[in-house]
Amino acid sequence: MSSESAQIEESRVRIIIGSRFEHIDLVQTVFDDALVRLGLDEDSRHWVGIAIREAVANAIKHGNQQDPDKEVGVELAVAPDQAVIRVHDQGEGFDLEEVGDPLAPENLLKPNGRGIFYMRSFMDEIHYDRHPDGGTLVTLRKKLPQISDETEESPE
Amino acid sequence: MKIDIRQEGIVTILAPRGKITIGAGDVALREAVRDQLDLGIRNLVLNLSEVTTIDSSGVGEMVSAYTTVTNAGGKLRLASLPQKVIDILQMTQLIAVFETFETERDAIDSFS
Repeated sequence: MSSESAQIEESRVRIIIGSRFEHIDLVQTVFDDALVRLGLDEDSRHWVGIAIREAVANAIKHGNQQDPDKEVGVELAVAPDQAVIRVHDQGEGFDLEEVGDPLAPENLLKPNGRGIFYMRSFMDEIHYDRHPDGGTLVTLRKKLPQISDETEESPE
Repeated sequence: MKIDIRQEGIVTILAPRGKITIGAGDVALREAVRDQLDLGIRNLVLNLSEVTTIDSSGVGEMVSAYTTVTNAGGKLRLASLPQKVIDILQMTQLIAVFETFETERDAIDSFS
Protein backbone atom coordinates (compact mmCIF):
# COMPACT_ATOMS: atom_id res chain seq x y z
CA MET A 1 0.00 0.00 0.00
CA SER A 2 1.42 3.42 -0.94
CA SER A 3 1.78 6.09 1.72
CA GLU A 4 -0.95 8.12 -0.02
CA SER A 5 -3.48 5.31 -0.02
CA ALA A 6 -2.53 4.51 3.57
CA GLN A 7 -3.29 8.12 4.48
CA ILE A 8 -6.66 7.90 2.74
CA GLU A 9 -7.51 4.72 4.61
CA GLU A 10 -6.51 6.25 7.94
CA SER A 11 -8.79 9.22 7.30
CA ARG A 12 -11.90 7.36 6.24
CA VAL A 13 -15.07 7.77 8.31
CA ARG A 14 -18.29 5.96 7.48
CA ILE A 15 -21.69 6.22 9.15
CA ILE A 16 -24.87 4.33 8.31
CA ILE A 17 -28.15 5.81 9.51
CA GLY A 18 -31.81 4.95 9.21
CA SER A 19 -33.95 7.26 7.11
CA ARG A 20 -34.91 9.70 9.84
CA PHE A 21 -34.23 13.44 9.75
CA GLU A 22 -33.21 13.52 13.42
CA HIS A 23 -30.10 11.48 12.51
CA ILE A 24 -28.77 14.35 10.37
CA ASP A 25 -27.51 16.20 13.45
CA LEU A 26 -25.48 13.12 14.43
CA VAL A 27 -23.90 12.95 10.97
CA GLN A 28 -23.03 16.64 11.05
CA THR A 29 -21.51 16.42 14.52
CA VAL A 30 -19.25 13.49 13.59
CA PHE A 31 -18.17 14.99 10.29
CA ASP A 32 -17.60 18.44 11.75
CA ASP A 33 -15.18 16.91 14.22
CA ALA A 34 -13.33 15.25 11.33
CA LEU A 35 -13.26 18.51 9.34
CA VAL A 36 -11.74 20.38 12.30
CA ARG A 37 -8.80 17.99 12.18
CA LEU A 38 -8.39 18.65 8.44
CA GLY A 39 -7.72 22.32 9.09
CA LEU A 40 -10.94 23.78 7.69
CA ASP A 41 -11.81 27.08 9.32
CA GLU A 42 -15.15 27.63 11.06
CA ASP A 43 -16.81 29.25 8.03
CA SER A 44 -15.75 26.47 5.65
CA ARG A 45 -16.88 23.80 8.09
CA HIS A 46 -20.25 25.50 8.43
CA TRP A 47 -20.87 25.53 4.67
CA VAL A 48 -19.52 22.01 4.10
CA GLY A 49 -21.73 20.93 6.99
CA ILE A 50 -24.77 22.47 5.29
CA ALA A 51 -23.87 20.68 2.03
CA ILE A 52 -23.64 17.36 3.90
CA ARG A 53 -26.98 18.05 5.60
CA GLU A 54 -28.57 18.76 2.20
CA ALA A 55 -27.18 15.58 0.65
CA VAL A 56 -28.32 13.41 3.57
CA ALA A 57 -31.73 15.10 3.72
CA ASN A 58 -32.23 14.47 -0.01
CA ALA A 59 -31.19 10.83 0.43
CA ILE A 60 -33.73 10.39 3.25
CA LYS A 61 -36.57 12.35 1.67
CA HIS A 62 -36.27 11.91 -2.10
CA GLY A 63 -34.12 8.77 -2.21
CA ASN A 64 -35.48 6.53 0.53
CA GLN A 65 -38.86 8.29 0.73
CA GLN A 66 -38.40 8.37 4.53
CA ASP A 67 -38.77 4.58 4.68
CA PRO A 68 -37.23 3.78 8.10
CA ASP A 69 -36.19 0.34 6.86
CA LYS A 70 -33.91 1.91 4.23
CA GLU A 71 -30.47 3.16 5.12
CA VAL A 72 -28.30 6.08 4.14
CA GLY A 73 -24.53 5.63 4.09
CA VAL A 74 -22.34 8.69 4.57
CA GLU A 75 -18.60 8.47 4.06
CA LEU A 76 -15.76 10.94 4.37
CA ALA A 77 -12.49 10.02 2.66
CA VAL A 78 -9.52 12.34 2.89
CA ALA A 79 -6.78 12.72 0.32
CA PRO A 80 -3.88 15.13 0.86
CA ASP A 81 -5.56 17.88 -1.15
CA GLN A 82 -9.29 17.22 -0.80
CA ALA A 83 -12.08 15.80 1.29
CA VAL A 84 -14.55 13.57 -0.52
CA ILE A 85 -17.99 12.95 0.96
CA ARG A 86 -20.19 10.24 -0.50
CA VAL A 87 -23.85 9.83 0.38
CA HIS A 88 -25.57 6.63 -0.75
CA ASP A 89 -29.28 5.89 -0.46
CA GLN A 90 -31.39 2.88 -1.37
CA GLY A 91 -34.00 4.69 -3.43
CA GLU A 92 -35.12 4.64 -7.04
CA GLY A 93 -33.12 7.70 -8.07
CA PHE A 94 -34.30 10.86 -9.76
CA ASP A 95 -33.69 12.89 -12.86
CA LEU A 96 -31.35 15.79 -12.10
CA GLU A 97 -32.67 17.56 -15.20
CA GLU A 98 -36.09 17.85 -13.57
CA VAL A 99 -34.71 19.97 -10.74
CA GLY A 100 -35.54 23.57 -11.60
CA ASP A 101 -33.26 26.59 -11.31
CA PRO A 102 -34.10 28.17 -7.93
CA LEU A 103 -32.99 31.56 -9.27
CA ALA A 104 -35.54 31.54 -12.09
CA PRO A 105 -38.24 34.14 -11.37
CA GLU A 106 -40.99 31.49 -11.45
CA ASN A 107 -39.13 29.44 -8.80
CA LEU A 108 -37.92 32.21 -6.52
CA LEU A 109 -40.81 31.92 -4.06
CA LYS A 110 -41.18 28.16 -4.17
CA PRO A 111 -40.69 26.49 -0.79
CA ASN A 112 -38.32 23.83 -2.12
CA GLY A 113 -35.75 23.12 -4.84
CA ARG A 114 -32.70 24.87 -3.34
CA GLY A 115 -30.81 21.96 -1.79
CA ILE A 116 -28.73 20.93 -4.80
CA PHE A 117 -28.04 24.58 -5.62
CA TYR A 118 -26.63 25.12 -2.12
CA MET A 119 -24.54 21.94 -2.37
CA ARG A 120 -23.03 23.21 -5.64
CA SER A 121 -22.38 26.61 -4.05
CA PHE A 122 -20.62 25.29 -0.96
CA MET A 123 -18.55 22.49 -2.50
CA ASP A 124 -15.93 22.51 -5.25
CA GLU A 125 -17.63 19.67 -7.10
CA ILE A 126 -20.70 17.49 -6.79
CA HIS A 127 -22.03 14.73 -8.97
CA TYR A 128 -24.77 12.14 -8.91
CA ASP A 129 -24.43 8.52 -10.05
CA ARG A 130 -26.42 5.34 -9.83
CA HIS A 131 -24.67 3.08 -7.31
CA PRO A 132 -23.71 -0.39 -8.65
CA ASP A 133 -25.65 -1.95 -5.76
CA GLY A 134 -28.69 0.23 -6.46
CA GLY A 135 -29.71 3.59 -5.11
CA THR A 136 -28.19 6.99 -5.75
CA LEU A 137 -24.64 7.99 -4.87
CA VAL A 138 -23.87 11.67 -4.53
CA THR A 139 -20.21 12.65 -4.32
CA LEU A 140 -19.16 16.00 -2.86
CA ARG A 141 -15.57 17.25 -3.10
CA LYS A 142 -13.94 20.06 -1.14
CA LYS A 143 -10.37 21.21 -1.63
CA LEU A 144 -8.40 21.36 1.59
CA PRO A 145 -6.16 24.22 2.69
CA GLN A 146 -2.53 23.41 1.98
CA ILE A 147 -0.22 23.92 4.93
CA SER A 148 3.29 24.59 3.68
CA ASP A 149 6.26 23.25 5.65
CA GLU A 150 7.98 26.59 5.12
CA THR A 151 5.21 28.44 6.95
CA GLU A 152 5.22 25.93 9.80
CA GLU A 153 8.96 26.16 10.32
CA SER A 154 9.48 29.87 9.88
CA PRO A 155 10.49 31.67 13.10
CA GLU A 156 8.25 34.41 14.52
CA MET B 1 -35.15 24.68 18.08
CA LYS B 2 -37.37 26.82 20.30
CA ILE B 3 -39.30 29.91 19.36
CA ASP B 4 -39.80 32.74 21.83
CA ILE B 5 -42.99 34.64 21.08
CA ARG B 6 -43.66 38.10 22.48
CA GLN B 7 -45.96 40.98 21.78
CA GLU B 8 -45.08 44.62 21.50
CA GLY B 9 -47.98 46.88 20.64
CA ILE B 10 -49.43 45.81 17.31
CA VAL B 11 -46.44 43.62 16.48
CA THR B 12 -45.73 40.02 17.41
CA ILE B 13 -42.11 38.96 17.48
CA LEU B 14 -41.10 35.38 16.77
CA ALA B 15 -37.54 34.65 17.87
CA PRO B 16 -36.35 31.15 16.93
CA ARG B 17 -33.27 29.85 18.72
CA GLY B 18 -31.03 27.16 17.25
CA LYS B 19 -31.38 25.37 13.94
CA ILE B 20 -34.06 25.92 11.31
CA THR B 21 -33.46 22.69 9.46
CA ILE B 22 -35.39 19.84 7.91
CA GLY B 23 -37.70 17.87 10.14
CA ALA B 24 -37.45 20.01 13.24
CA GLY B 25 -37.00 23.76 13.11
CA ASP B 26 -38.79 24.12 9.79
CA VAL B 27 -41.96 22.50 11.17
CA ALA B 28 -41.80 24.56 14.36
CA LEU B 29 -41.53 27.79 12.37
CA ARG B 30 -44.45 26.80 10.12
CA GLU B 31 -46.66 26.02 13.12
CA ALA B 32 -45.69 29.19 14.98
CA VAL B 33 -46.58 31.40 12.01
CA ARG B 34 -49.83 29.51 11.40
CA ASP B 35 -50.78 29.86 15.09
CA GLN B 36 -50.27 33.62 14.95
CA LEU B 37 -52.38 33.96 11.80
CA ASP B 38 -55.11 31.86 13.43
CA LEU B 39 -55.07 34.31 16.34
CA GLY B 40 -55.65 37.16 13.91
CA ILE B 41 -52.10 38.51 14.15
CA ARG B 42 -50.97 40.15 10.91
CA ASN B 43 -47.84 42.14 11.88
CA LEU B 44 -44.95 39.78 12.44
CA VAL B 45 -41.25 40.22 13.02
CA LEU B 46 -38.95 37.23 12.76
CA ASN B 47 -35.91 37.95 14.91
CA LEU B 48 -33.19 35.61 13.62
CA SER B 49 -30.34 36.69 15.91
CA GLU B 50 -30.18 33.34 17.72
CA VAL B 51 -30.40 31.13 14.63
CA THR B 52 -27.23 29.08 14.36
CA THR B 53 -27.92 26.99 11.25
CA ILE B 54 -30.40 27.20 8.41
CA ASP B 55 -30.66 24.77 5.51
CA SER B 56 -32.70 24.78 2.30
CA SER B 57 -35.78 23.52 4.17
CA GLY B 58 -35.44 26.35 6.67
CA VAL B 59 -35.07 28.85 3.84
CA GLY B 60 -38.09 27.29 2.14
CA GLU B 61 -40.09 27.60 5.33
CA MET B 62 -39.19 31.28 5.61
CA VAL B 63 -40.38 31.79 2.04
CA SER B 64 -43.60 29.93 2.84
CA ALA B 65 -44.09 32.03 5.97
CA TYR B 66 -43.60 35.20 3.93
CA THR B 67 -46.11 34.20 1.22
CA THR B 68 -48.63 32.84 3.76
CA VAL B 69 -48.57 36.01 5.86
CA THR B 70 -48.67 38.25 2.76
CA ASN B 71 -51.59 36.30 1.28
CA ALA B 72 -53.41 36.71 4.59
CA GLY B 73 -53.04 40.48 4.29
CA GLY B 74 -50.23 40.71 6.81
CA LYS B 75 -46.55 41.59 6.85
CA LEU B 76 -43.57 39.47 7.88
CA ARG B 77 -40.33 41.36 8.42
CA LEU B 78 -36.93 39.98 9.34
CA ALA B 79 -34.63 41.41 12.00
CA SER B 80 -31.11 40.86 13.32
CA LEU B 81 -29.97 38.44 10.65
CA PRO B 82 -26.68 36.65 11.40
CA GLN B 83 -24.16 36.92 8.56
CA LYS B 84 -24.57 33.25 7.63
CA VAL B 85 -28.32 33.69 7.21
CA ILE B 86 -27.71 36.79 5.07
CA ASP B 87 -25.23 34.81 2.96
CA ILE B 88 -27.57 31.89 2.34
CA LEU B 89 -30.48 34.19 1.44
CA GLN B 90 -28.25 36.20 -0.90
CA MET B 91 -27.15 33.10 -2.78
CA THR B 92 -30.70 32.37 -3.81
CA GLN B 93 -31.58 36.04 -4.33
CA LEU B 94 -34.11 35.98 -1.51
CA ILE B 95 -32.57 38.76 0.54
CA ALA B 96 -34.29 41.25 -1.78
CA VAL B 97 -37.65 39.50 -1.35
CA PHE B 98 -37.78 39.98 2.41
CA GLU B 99 -37.91 43.28 4.24
CA THR B 100 -34.91 43.11 6.57
CA PHE B 101 -33.87 45.29 9.49
CA GLU B 102 -30.64 45.48 11.46
CA THR B 103 -32.38 45.37 14.81
CA GLU B 104 -35.65 44.10 16.23
CA ARG B 105 -36.42 47.66 17.36
CA ASP B 106 -36.10 48.95 13.79
CA ALA B 107 -38.38 46.20 12.52
CA ILE B 108 -41.02 46.91 15.17
CA ASP B 109 -40.88 50.64 14.54
CA SER B 110 -41.37 50.06 10.80
CA PHE B 111 -44.98 49.04 11.50
CA SER B 112 -45.92 52.35 13.11
